[in-house]
Amino acid sequence: MIDLDIQKSHVIHQWKADSPLIACRISPRGDQCVSAGQDSMLQRWNIPSGEKVVLKGHESWSHALTYNPTGDLLVSGGCEGSLIWWSIGDAEPKAIRTIDAHQGWIRGVERSPDGQTLVSVGNDRTIRLWSTVTGEKLAEWSAHDRHIYSAAFHPDGVHLLTGDLMGKIHVWKLADHSLVRTLDGSTLYGPNPGQAAEFGGVRSLAISPNGAEVFAAGTHKGSNPFGAVHEPLLLRFQWSDGALTKSHVCDGIPGGLLFRTCPLNDATVVSVSGGSTGGILLFFNATQEKEIHRAMLPNIARDMDLHAATGLVATAHHDAHLRISGLFA
Amino acid sequence: MKIAKYACGSMDHIVNRRRFLSGVAGTVASTGAIVGGLGTLTQGIAAAEIQRKDMRVVVFNMHGGLSQLESWDPKPGTRTGGPFRAIPTSVSGIHISELLPMTAKQMHHLCLLRGVNTSEDDHGKGAYMMLTGRRQTPSADFPQIGSVAAKMLHDDQSGLPGHIVVTPGGGGGRGNEAAYLGPKFSSISLGGDKPPQNSNKPDALSDEAEKRRHDMRRKINEQFLNQRRTAITDAYTHSYEQALRLMERREVFDVSKEPDTAKQRYGNSDLGRQCLMARRLLESGVSFVQVTHSNYDTHNDNFNFHIEQVGEFDQAFATFVDDLAQRGMLEKTLVVVLSEFGRTPNINLYYGRDHWSKAWSIAMAGAGVQRGAAFGKTNDEGTEVIDGQCDHGDIFHTILRAVGVDSSQSLIVDGREVPIADPAAEPIWKILA
Repeated sequence: MIDLDIQKSHVIHQWKADSPLIACRISPRGDQCVSAGQDSMLQRWNIPSGEKVVLKGHESWSHALTYNPTGDLLVSGGCEGSLIWWSIGDAEPKAIRTIDAHQGWIRGVERSPDGQTLVSVGNDRTIRLWSTVTGEKLAEWSAHDRHIYSAAFHPDGVHLLTGDLMGKIHVWKLADHSLVRTLDGSTLYGPNPGQAAEFGGVRSLAISPNGAEVFAAGTHKGSNPFGAVHEPLLLRFQWSDGALTKSHVCDGIPGGLLFRTCPLNDATVVSVSGGSTGGILLFFNATQEKEIHRAMLPNIARDMDLHAATGLVATAHHDAHLRISGLFA
Repeated sequence: MKIAKYACGSMDHIVNRRRFLSGVAGTVASTGAIVGGLGTLTQGIAAAEIQRKDMRVVVFNMHGGLSQLESWDPKPGTRTGGPFRAIPTSVSGIHISELLPMTAKQMHHLCLLRGVNTSEDDHGKGAYMMLTGRRQTPSADFPQIGSVAAKMLHDDQSGLPGHIVVTPGGGGGRGNEAAYLGPKFSSISLGGDKPPQNSNKPDALSDEAEKRRHDMRRKINEQFLNQRRTAITDAYTHSYEQALRLMERREVFDVSKEPDTAKQRYGNSDLGRQCLMARRLLESGVSFVQVTHSNYDTHNDNFNFHIEQVGEFDQAFATFVDDLAQRGMLEKTLVVVLSEFGRTPNINLYYGRDHWSKAWSIAMAGAGVQRGAAFGKTNDEGTEVIDGQCDHGDIFHTILRAVGVDSSQSLIVDGREVPIADPAAEPIWKILA
């Protein structure tokens, strides 16, 4: 493990794709990163050389990417509703399995702690579980009244969390798909009623490594969502009873939305804010309501991933760049 | 013909003699209109002839600017296309956005205009242009299509207003869209699926007392009008009489009378209820209904907003069109889906699309226009019109022509002829049936 120094975080690499980027994930070994672009292509980037391989398979954009634990397999979810398994560890990765998985957008694909199971969620309001190895559908159930925006497995391997447009965060027991409880993330649903349109949602869910805390990220104070005027918001819940313990807010970010949050350790998380104020890495700990540090990125960011062991953060940007930042001096 | 005698004595109000003698206005004379604003004097059109045709117009105003790329002119797989796919429709060769699956099944009733270029990216100005068919100028104001349709098509004896705007909430009162046609042709606004405000007689008021009150009002009015008659007083008088007739037909506005199956088909949404209301109004003799669907001004998060908004529109609109077709109403009802402009092909930093008037789309269906057609074409990325370009003026002419109104004619206003549609534009003849 590297000694992290978030105050010194800085961009180490930036590599340009052919279109604005919308998603990214770093491999478990930290030796590569996959991004997804508005041209519906995926790109595999070697870290640190930046060598790029383009993967063509989806008919539409991919918001959802996840590696298997060994990093030789990647599963991507597209807005056309398909899941694609990629032999991402190969020199020339191939699509080895394509499944017509959802009706409409897939917004989230995550792997279970043991890597054996995948969950996919999206606009059809259905949760589906898949075998990572065979692609077999293991279960599906209708879960939310509105589009499901995000999902996360709890480290205990027993529970699954899903979050929707309205800020409802359901906790499910994986064994029988029973609803254990619902966390109230309704402050993440933030439309301006005068604009007569829905806005907000649980854009990202994360669980602390020790399983004690749940983080739900998105936006609030949507005074003018049509004009990109809304502020970043991160909710911190206690896992044991589902109580909201902190609402992390930020000063001076009138146009911000947290697209993703990742735990740095049991108490500290890093989030990425996109929106009209720009791309910003925001760090929050358990004691302060506001961020403990912020690091501006060169361009508006739309997704982020953390490789905690190496202290690398990947960010996907509108200017078509994938940027790799180091959280160290 | 009875010509109103106004207090101001202005010749401005007097019917253009040449046009009157042309034989066209003679038909108007036979209608025996007695009260009203300038509208009853701005003659020149064979209104009674048109009224017999029983034509209707309904406009869906997609407030804020519907994205043509997420509706009528998708460009999947291109730099500008966004994440949505195109789907086939009931008409071979015509594809629309996958956000409109139910509407796709009604494509054989629709006529798409994919070459709209209005060159105006301001909300207010764009809306004015689309609804009046003209650019806004400081020197003149023009009536909106609803007011023109009410004047040209409406049978005043129906007991209902000729021009109604159905909004998601609020409602009440009259609009101010009629310009020189006079307030008689301005809209009455309805909030959702509710009857006009204050349109029920108070329980404490007996029928007899109600009658006595109105008799007295009419008597006093008559005395006053003999000395001080103006277009405005006529409009007031008309409003009272119209309100009375509207109260008698209050059940028309009661969407709750519709069977549950109909409500479910239209969808559990404000727009679904508005569409059901619109159908009831058209059935009952209202000549023009505008349904507002809000909001599409998606500079930010365009795709999430359009999933929600267009999804709601799809069910309500497709059901509305199908319902009109099933009831045989589509033959005499022109349906128009318009906005103040479209949205940029370019996708901005915030997954948004901005204002774009150079190459966008509207849709029509029903009376007087071709069915199952797509007219006009944009280039591969939707940035320019490359075939079949038209603008707000052409569309205004086309709407009128489609329902049997000669859009090349003029009204006489303040002693001068005012063309009812911009003479620099003309109907899109290729789409007229």
